[in-house]
Amino acid sequence: MDVALTENAAGRDVPTRINGQDAIPFMGVGKYRPRGHKAAPSIRTCADYPDDGNKTAADLRTALKNAGLADGMTVSTHHHFRNGDILGNAVFEAAASLGVKDLRWFPSAAFPCHAPIIDHLKSGVVHHIEGSMNGPLGDYCSTGQMQGMGVLRSHGGRWQAVQDGDVHIDIAVIAAPTADPFGNANGVTGPSACGLLGFALVDSMYADHSIVVTDNLVPFPCIPWQIQGNNIDQVVVMDSIGDPSKIVSGTTQLTKSPDRLLIAEMTARFIRDAGILADGFSFQAGAGGTALAIAIFLKDMMIEAGIKSRFIRGGSTKYLVEMLEQGLTDYILDGQTFDLDGVRSMRENPCHQDTSPFTSYNYHGKGCFASMLDATILGATEVDVDFNANVVTHSDGRLLHGIGGWQNCLFGKCVILPIPSVRDRIPVIVDRVTTLCGPGDLIDVVVTERGIAINPRRQDLLDAVKGTCLPIRPIQEIKTEVEQICGGKPQLPKLGEKVVAAIKWVDGTVIDCVRAVGG
Amino acid sequence: MSTPVESNAAECGQRGESVRSDCWVAVTLAKAGGIELDFKSKVESMYGDSIRELILDGLSRLGVVNAKVEVEDAGALPFVIMARLEAAVRRLGGDVGAGLLPEVAPNTDQASERDRFRRSRLYLPGNEPKFMLNAGLHKPDAVILDLEDSVAPPEKDAARILVRNALLSINFSTAERMVRINQGDRGLEDLDFIATHNLHLVLIPKVESPVQVQQVDQRIQTLLAKEKINQPVYLMPIVESALGAINAYNIATASPNIVALAIGLEDYTADIGVARTNNGRESVWARSQVINAARAARVQPIDTVFSDVSDMAGLRASVLEAKSLGFDGKGCIHPRQIAVIHECFAPTADELAKANRIVDAFEEAQAKGLGVVSLGSKMIDAPVVKRAQRVVRMSGQ
Repeated sequence: MDVALTENAAGRDVPTRINGQDAIPFMGVGKYRPRGHKAAPSIRTCADYPDDGNKTAADLRTALKNAGLADGMTVSTHHHFRNGDILGNAVFEAAASLGVKDLRWFPSAAFPCHAPIIDHLKSGVVHHIEGSMNGPLGDYCSTGQMQGMGVLRSHGGRWQAVQDGDVHIDIAVIAAPTADPFGNANGVTGPSACGLLGFALVDSMYADHSIVVTDNLVPFPCIPWQIQGNNIDQVVVMDSIGDPSKIVSGTTQLTKSPDRLLIAEMTARFIRDAGILADGFSFQAGAGGTALAIAIFLKDMMIEAGIKSRFIRGGSTKYLVEMLEQGLTDYILDGQTFDLDGVRSMRENPCHQDTSPFTSYNYHGKGCFASMLDATILGATEVDVDFNANVVTHSDGRLLHGIGGWQNCLFGKCVILPIPSVRDRIPVIVDRVTTLCGPGDLIDVVVTERGIAINPRRQDLLDAVKGTCLPIRPIQEIKTEVEQICGGKPQLPKLGEKVVAAIKWVDGTVIDCVRAVGG
Repeated sequence: MSTPVESNAAECGQRGESVRSDCWVAVTLAKAGGIELDFKSKVESMYGDSIRELILDGLSRLGVVNAKVEVEDAGALPFVIMARLEAAVRRLGGDVGAGLLPEVAPNTDQASERDRFRRSRLYLPGNEPKFMLNAGLHKPDAVILDLEDSVAPPEKDAARILVRNALLSINFSTAERMVRINQGDRGLEDLDFIATHNLHLVLIPKVESPVQVQQVDQRIQTLLAKEKINQPVYLMPIVESALGAINAYNIATASPNIVALAIGLEDYTADIGVARTNNGRESVWARSQVINAARAARVQPIDTVFSDVSDMAGLRASVLEAKSLGFDGKGCIHPRQIAVIHECFAPTADELAKANRIVDAFEEAQAKGLGVVSLGSKMIDAPVVKRAQRVVRMSGQ
């Protein structure tokens, strides 16, 4: 596959055509101006749907056949089982048995459990994947074996791509913890309750044909209807759509690592001492061990200072739920629920609001609340001396993680990356990130165990922490120290010429691409 | 693991899925054919070339010319790889000269001070590299690289090389660099490896008589003299038995290099035949004995470790009790314990305010050349001034 490359505004060579579609190189933050109108699904009539509201189909294969599955189509899937999903594999097994080829898989997320898709990639049932790739799929793509080019998007970017018509979904298959025969569905009830279905909302609204799959069918109405049956064509009941034990962990694990706790404590102190921790403030914290620990340190500081926050953005966990229930925040705005306390709270507490990438992240909308957050805490696999960051590849260039909501969250008022400066001899602060996912213009603070680096662009933050006992250091100095520890500058990864995946920015432009590993 | 499969083969280090920051090295000597290196590393793409170079150079410095060498690396830092390689080659017997000494890291050459703070001392298992690198970042007053109880007997030889290299390579920040050696002759051999390499203090375990301390001190003095090193290596004997407690004062005064006397309660309670309890009634006498012996000898009395890492309230109570008995420091086995220990040893605001007033009055009296210090209408005695000065020091002002 010969790909024409051009240098984008971030100085990265990126493809101008991706899987036969034109692609726009990244032009800088906020520079690309979208035109035209949103994509729209075709108009339907009630005359074609049963008056009794019963849209159930016998099984998944029948439903796909009814939907007119054909060569070259785009099939999206959404599930909530993380690494315990059965649906993604079942869809393509059924597709293979129907003899179709060259499908584009557009998952909301792919996990190591989706390794069987590799067989479908090899046999030509699936042409390529546009979604997160890690584990065996990441390796398959990284080694240049996939026919088409992978495309990685953020949660908000996925909504943007569908809404703007960059990706037209022919058939969407949505796993739901509870649904009724009409297709109304939710994630807060049922034996495999997961909280919410926000990621699948765009699929249900824009796909030509939408199928809801559930292991818990209830009579109409399924309340609440997070997914509206009016957007759904068919409903399929399966005994099991995944391993519920993988959905959410019963209890979320706080980190026990003393180094991570140190980083978490420094991050919380930074938020406090920089004056961000104030009555009515807002912050975002994920479910990673370090982020959870930060939330707990912040909680103690809030109690000490006698203040509360207006809203917390989750990934909710029992720790955030406790803060809500103890009156330390007015609201949780939840994008993804990580434990059973979170699910319960969302079901029972009207102040625990489910959100979709439309309300929280979509860059091609009339604003989104990611930019309103006072403090945003994110991870990264690498950060460079210009504060650019990588979340998708390992330092050896291999695909490792999806983007998730990471790029979208970069628009927060103070974006903080609490990360170790070195992981088992792998320097995390480098001269130039292997893959650019987030531009340094948007990354304000890097908190490492060896000190806190503030982006020189943020003179206001540098001024705010002057006179505090926080260990503020230039990022270059931390990098030099880490290289001294690791035994010198690392060699650059040996990468091939072939472009195996494109990294989209939140506006649909191409910010970087991933090359094949192993030369 | 340390037993060679055959006489011309030896291995060292750890391997397997869960291993981090360590490496495994196996060396099989051959008659001819040069070095055959079989190398796998988790950081191959970043440091593969430099590690291969390090190993080949190391083998040549260790005098190994013909051998099959297998290395499985899980992100070990250079000083760890060098230590594992040296230990494996030493296990083959033969002369390795001074061994493979890593370069001395920047800012690791500050001397210690006799009466510096020793409120917290963080134990680090001597054969486990992954805890070493960041230990100093948690700001303990001291780190203890332990060669004794935390190292399995077959790995004692490997641990002392790793600890030596850590002393040279790691910047432990402001922490005093301590090593706990083994008992008896093995402990004296430990000294041959570590005494002259960036070491501040040696903890001597299970001391029951002054002779044990003197043997250690003499060995250190000999080693320092040979290398013409003038920086002192201080000593902290640990009393861990009934006999040790009885002899506490003689132990505390056994050498001028002693700066602190510690108590270890796990072994002590076993020795007197009781269970160790949280309220510690069974050890009150021994602890007071150690405190009084140390104070009489003008060295710091240091308490044992608090071993329940998850019980922060218990730790707090334990440190406050230690402080009230008269101890100056406490051992810790987890970095999260450090802040609690420092906080508890710090004087309260009232104590500090009072101490500051006394110290100010003393300094004012001295400036005026007055022999008598008074505060308001009260006369202040010399010991009161001394205690106040210590309080101010403990506050970190």
